[in-house]
Amino acid sequence: MSEVKKFLYVNRKAPYGTIYAQESLEVVLIGAAFDQDVSMAFLDDGVFQLTKGQDTKEAGLKNFSPTFRALGDYEVTKLYVEQESLDERGLTLDDLQDIQYEDEDDDYAEKPSIIVVSRAGMADVMADQDVVLSF
Amino acid sequence: MAYDVNGTAVEHDEEGYITNLGEWSKELADVIAKAEEIEMDEEHWAVVNFLRDYYEEYQIAPAVRVLIKSIKKSMGPEVGNNKYMYELFPYGPAKQACKIAGLPKPTGCV
Repeated sequence: MSEVKKFLYVNRKAPYGTIYAQESLEVVLIGAAFDQDVSMAFLDDGVFQLTKGQDTKEAGLKNFSPTFRALGDYEVTKLYVEQESLDERGLTLDDLQDIQYEDEDDDYAEKPSIIVVSRAGMADVMADQDVVLSF
Repeated sequence: MAYDVNGTAVEHDEEGYITNLGEWSKELADVIAKAEEIEMDEEHWAVVNFLRDYYEEYQIAPAVRVLIKSIKKSMGPEVGNNKYMYELFPYGPAKQACKIAGLPKPTGCV
């Protein structure tokens, strides 16, 4: 069996001004098929990707924010969000979607996927990875 | 390229996935199934309806392993297993069932 590597997908951009956010999510979903340890990080304007109540009707774009809630099915269960990026934008954890996964090792208990970390903590998360991909 | 549903043309891509998801209907599903050489029965509909609900909730057509895992969870292991699902949809449960359900090709399928 090949070695499991730790992949971190770093998201720094708002969800709809560019295609980066949607492409990142797509790559994560495709990459999740390869049995690697995949997690995502959200910082700078990237934290807006996880906000609740997105409505893209007027923009004529697909609202892909519900797809973040499917990540648990794909065994992507760690979504790191930087505290300072939230603070700088006047956001709190309550402004983000409630994203959960079922822990197979704990009788399928539902647990939160979002992990808020400090800027220093985010640096540690990144340093711990084998592969970091930035979007 | 288009499917013919009682005289109405519904556009599809070169692989048979419909272009405008809003044009789906049960009648269309039967037409697509016929093109896929599948006779739709209750079991097929259960999977197609599950996929439509999944798409409605998550805006995504699940990959095959996620589909089977989720079906196992909601409908039980006698339905949610590879053997049974491939009996229903011989050319791939995700690919064929998504096509019949009027969804895009599952993310990650080639």
